[in-house]
Amino acid sequence: MHILACIKQTPATSNVQIDPKTGTLKREGMAAAINPFDEYAIEEAVRIKEKVPNTVVSVLTMGPPQAEESLRDAISRGCDQAFHLCDRAFAGADTYATSYALQMGIRKIETVTQKKVDLILCGKQTNDGELDIPNAAYVKKVEEINETMIRVWRMMEDGADLIELPLPALIAVVKEINEPRVPSLRGKMAAKKAVIPRWTAQDIEADKTKIGLGGSPTIVASSFNPPPRIGGVKIGGATAEEKAKNLVAKLLEMKLI
Amino acid sequence: MNYFLTEEQQAIQETAREIAQKKIKPVREHYDVSEEYPWPIVEELRKADLFGVYFPTQYGGLGGAGFELCLVVEEISRVCGGTALTIACTALCAFPIILFGTPKQKEKYLPDLASGKRLGAFTITEPEAGSDATATSCKAKKEGDYYVLNGTKNFCSNGNAAEIYTLFASTNPARGPRGLSAFIVEKGTPGFSMGKKEVKMGIRASPTYELNFDNCKVPAENFLGGEGHGLSVAQGTFDISRPGVAAQALGIAQGALDEALNYARMRKQFGQSVLSFQSSQHMAADMATQIEAARSLLYSVTRAMDKDLLAAEALSEKSGKTVYEELKKVSSKRWTKYSAMVKLFCSDVAMKVTTDAVQLCGGIGYMRDFPVEKYMRDAKITQIYEGTNQIQRNEIGYALIKELAKG
Ligand SMILES: Cc1cc2nc3c(=O)[nH]c(=O)nc-3n(C[C@H](O)[C@H](O)[C@H](O)COP(=O)(O)OP(=O)(O)OC[C@H]3O[C@@H](n4cnc5c(N)ncnc54)[C@H](O)[C@@H]3O)c2cc1C
Repeated sequence: MHILACIKQTPATSNVQIDPKTGTLKREGMAAAINPFDEYAIEEAVRIKEKVPNTVVSVLTMGPPQAEESLRDAISRGCDQAFHLCDRAFAGADTYATSYALQMGIRKIETVTQKKVDLILCGKQTNDGELDIPNAAYVKKVEEINETMIRVWRMMEDGADLIELPLPALIAVVKEINEPRVPSLRGKMAAKKAVIPRWTAQDIEADKTKIGLGGSPTIVASSFNPPPRIGGVKIGGATAEEKAKNLVAKLLEMKLI
Repeated sequence: MNYFLTEEQQAIQETAREIAQKKIKPVREHYDVSEEYPWPIVEELRKADLFGVYFPTQYGGLGGAGFELCLVVEEISRVCGGTALTIACTALCAFPIILFGTPKQKEKYLPDLASGKRLGAFTITEPEAGSDATATSCKAKKEGDYYVLNGTKNFCSNGNAAEIYTLFASTNPARGPRGLSAFIVEKGTPGFSMGKKEVKMGIRASPTYELNFDNCKVPAENFLGGEGHGLSVAQGTFDISRPGVAAQALGIAQGALDEALNYARMRKQFGQSVLSFQSSQHMAADMATQIEAARSLLYSVTRAMDKDLLAAEALSEKSGKTVYEELKKVSSKRWTKYSAMVKLFCSDVAMKVTTDAVQLCGGIGYMRDFPVEKYMRDAKITQIYEGTNQIQRNEIGYALIKELAKG
């Protein structure tokens, strides 16, 4: 099986640590600039690899040259090989342009590794746009996986759904899914030695009009975090009829009907 | 302070530190209170390759030696001195096999110990044989292709968690210390059972057990180091392993100082931080200075020892002779004096520093829900096991007299 983890690096500044001994900026801290949500995707990919024989885990990111550090970090956490989309032409991409570039990158990975990607894993906030395959977001547990399908628990507001997707599929995971391991010593050595291909838009044969700022139909007027939803009300009742009655009563009480 | 660690040693230190901070610190109190075995932490240590740092690469290790082990033990002990024994006791089981094992024994046992798949323990102590370790009454009688073990061992760390044990028993009681021999014994061998589990003052995450042997048949191929050579096996092992106890002590001392300083800076009395009192600063200065001296001694001795040990390991791979035989060629001297000094000094520092750490914190330092008193309880054992500090002084004194006699 071929698993691909798609990751993003966080802006290094939010990750900066001061070495308590020297008072200077800590380089090692900077190196681990993987988007925290993506660590869960990487960990889950590596756990599946440990369970399913003959599995390789690739990792892909799109970003500036420094983003290579996050790919090395992913290797130290157990990924086998890494690929880097790196070109000024990709800059300023919205979700549409990003998912197009990733899609072309995935094709290129499949060509060079001669292995179709069966499962794409990403973190909660990396789920960039759509790829043309079955997908599930907010996944909190992988129940079962084999060469042809994956069965996962998806978090819902009022519980969880067990859903089955045929492979290839895309899964976006939440932090409840696992507890990421500390990078291993052998992983760190492999990460240091790894040769990571750096691909331009031309290398992945991307259509120039579909990438970067120019290829992004979205115009960001301003960005904000949506306010958290404040809890709803669950309408109880032993039977469907009773529940309906209670619902109507509630709506009447709120003068909505 | 620059200790001139190689890139690999830095990675080992950082990895151990990250696991200690992220995975061990949040649960250390739980294991201290419950005395459960910290299996989830063992799993983290396995995945991070930390069990393998001191094993030769051909047996699944990372090719380091005693110094690398000390870096790991120090970092874990800085957070929890008990949990560090998951690795340190496995090392105490592995060293005699590394030093005295035949190629076959090394191939059979070292890879599992290096990966942490199976944990190890070392058992020489008996109810009547503590400091006088060769007063062994556990007996091993040869019967065909087996040795039949009978007797009781006690105070065995990693007791029920281990699956591989290096054990000492008398094959010839008439010869006293010269009748002692070493064996590799596997858990599950018929006639081998767990006895009482001890309830302890400190290192409570480490289970200490009595072991019983009742007509326990051990294959003759598990004989380690030759008939009547048990004393050499034990002494050769302690030479290399005592720095591990020292590293545990050093980590405990450093952890206690870290916690005490943090608290003392925040704690206000008479309108000021208690760390602003000169007497507190002097106490902290003495603690920090002793720790630094302990670290310097530990690091320089283990590095010097490792140079010989690694050379002997390389020769042994070519010659097929034991590492210990090659070690005698590489270096004419035994390391007893220095390894005793390291263990003695670091553990005395740990006891002093952890006691002062409690003092620096005042009443809160004495409380169970504050981490400082645990360091003091954990420190005490480092002055006792692998030879009490009185025994270390005896060894150092004996070595000095021997040197004088040689002129
Ligand atoms: C928590 C714990 C874990 C342990 N783990 C292991 C283990 O994994 N494997 C193992 O084999 N053993 C283990 N031990 C045993 C440990 O090594 C012994 O307890 C230690 O060597 C001391 O022996 P003893 O307890 O019999 O003390 P004793 O020998 O009875 O000593 C009592 C006192 O007399 C002093 N004394 C004795 N002889 C002399 C002398 N010749 N000169 C001066 N003073 C002397 C000692 O220093 C001590 O102060 C463990 C012990 C403990 C407490």
